[in-house]
Amino acid sequence: MGSIQLKSVTKAFGAVNVITGVDLKIENGEFAVFVGPSGCGKSTLLRLIAGLEDVTTGQVLIDGKDATEVGPSKRGLAMVFQSYALYPHMSVRGNIAFALKMAGESADVIEQKVRKAAATLNLTDYLDRKPRQLSGGQRQRVAIGRAIVREPKAFLFDEPLSNLDAALRVQMRVEIGELHNALKTTMVYVTHDQVEAMTMADKIVVLDKGSVAQIGTPLDLYNRPNGLFVAGFIGSPTMNLIKGAPAARRGAATIGIRPEHADVSTTAGEWPATVRLAEHLGSDTFVHADADGIGALTIRLEGEAPLTPDQKIYVTPREEHLHRFDKEGRRIN
Amino acid sequence: MAMKQSLRKRVGVTVLAWVVAFLIFFPILWTFLTSFKSELDAIAMPPKFLFFHWTLENYAEVQERSNYLHFAFNSVVLSIGANVVGLIIAVPAAWSMAFAPGKRTKDLLMWMLSTKMMPAVGVLVPIYLLFRDLHLLDTLTGIGLVLMLLNLPILIWMLYTYFKEIPVDILEAARMDGASLLNEILYVLTPMSVPGIASTMLLAIILSWNEAFWTLNLATSDAAPLTAFIASYSAPEGFFWAKLSAASTLAIAPILILGWFSQKQLVRGLTFGAVK
Repeated sequence: MGSIQLKSVTKAFGAVNVITGVDLKIENGEFAVFVGPSGCGKSTLLRLIAGLEDVTTGQVLIDGKDATEVGPSKRGLAMVFQSYALYPHMSVRGNIAFALKMAGESADVIEQKVRKAAATLNLTDYLDRKPRQLSGGQRQRVAIGRAIVREPKAFLFDEPLSNLDAALRVQMRVEIGELHNALKTTMVYVTHDQVEAMTMADKIVVLDKGSVAQIGTPLDLYNRPNGLFVAGFIGSPTMNLIKGAPAARRGAATIGIRPEHADVSTTAGEWPATVRLAEHLGSDTFVHADADGIGALTIRLEGEAPLTPDQKIYVTPREEHLHRFDKEGRRIN
Repeated sequence: MAMKQSLRKRVGVTVLAWVVAFLIFFPILWTFLTSFKSELDAIAMPPKFLFFHWTLENYAEVQERSNYLHFAFNSVVLSIGANVVGLIIAVPAAWSMAFAPGKRTKDLLMWMLSTKMMPAVGVLVPIYLLFRDLHLLDTLTGIGLVLMLLNLPILIWMLYTYFKEIPVDILEAARMDGASLLNEILYVLTPMSVPGIASTMLLAIILSWNEAFWTLNLATSDAAPLTAFIASYSAPEGFFWAKLSAASTLAIAPILILGWFSQKQLVRGLTFGAVK
């Protein structure tokens, strides 16, 4: 069992309030992602769950039991650090076995468990190497292996893919997802990359300046963001947010339309605009345009659209995908 | 043209470096050579450099007159013993300063270092009286205690700078892996700081080996290390240069050899904190 609950948790470093009040529950087996801009407190929240930091007020419950005063070594959680934090003086085998050694397991059991973890992660050939002899992706796997072998109640990942190149990141994302399907253990994953959040999570917790902005499934957050912050954070490229007359006409202070939910025509449409730049990716075309009286817009078109700078176009939002926000930035349903 | 100039420059700098090194080494070289001369040759004017009658009579007489091995044994026991105990105290102290600093930690470090700036002679009398009353005079325990306390600020400071270089998340990973504090220090911190601990210990042992003030004042015979051995050759009726040279050579030989083989560690240890 690996449910985690935070009750009214705050954290202050001296006079700086980093976490200003968080309540959330992660069910057993869930893949929860904490996402948010730099400095929002997501890593701090993870460290509070891990026990590497103490809460200022509030409670951390693991499996329903109060773990607030319990030290990190006794919470039964495993963490994968952003820098991997491998023990440089130990071999891969030593790194993976360390936790079992600390738990007092016998040498036979340790050897067996290490071999199993290494096989799962394709590390069997590297067991006798030292971390400095491994590539970034291999080190990442050793860090994961070190966590798996402990059979923890939950895995905690602190931006584990940030140090990898783009291609490797995609590959590891898939591997971690498959690992979750195989082990079915609770995973709490911190990232600033909303693509990782959207692709991996069962539940996303969006954090803004130390408090929770919204919790929901990826599609919940995509389709029904509860405010301007979440609307602007989830989705790439960012949602177009428009104030003024077009918003007022629809009974809102601000309206939002995602780049993929607007149509572009060279002949007719609601908002006349001039193309500033068109990015051709082959699979999509991102059109950055200046709309008269509205401001900058980004539209995503499928396939190749032969648009050039300074071309006059008309942008029409699809009404069924329009989001409306009041003057406090909250969603109007 | 540029190549030649830089070659000339490099040759010039190399020659200069050798000259400076030779000048610094010269007193030791002279002592070594003098130890093989007769007393008359030792004070000859003009000084004889290499062409004299080489003899081993000084070494023989030194060993006959006083027990070199006894003093050498004391030096070894005191230098190593005092610093091993110092290390056991310094590692946890440096750990807490590096990984769990409080508001006053920096002040504490500064204060510790400042005690090294105090002239030792200022506390000679109180310490002598304390040692006399506690029956610690001329004992290995007593002298060892003083040597350890002398080096403690240096041990803690140097270990502190090494520990600060260690990424905290590796220690946090150990905690997440279930390591208690002791296990964290034993299995992760110490192995990772072996180079740092080695150079710190080297420096500390050398400092203790050469420590003359306290060893001369607090030890007479039983616990007297090599510093006392050399001092016993400074007689009021004049210096027996050749014998003094032989005694000096015997006294510094062990530490010179140790220093030679560990010079890379020493340099690394002394300059490590400076480069970041």
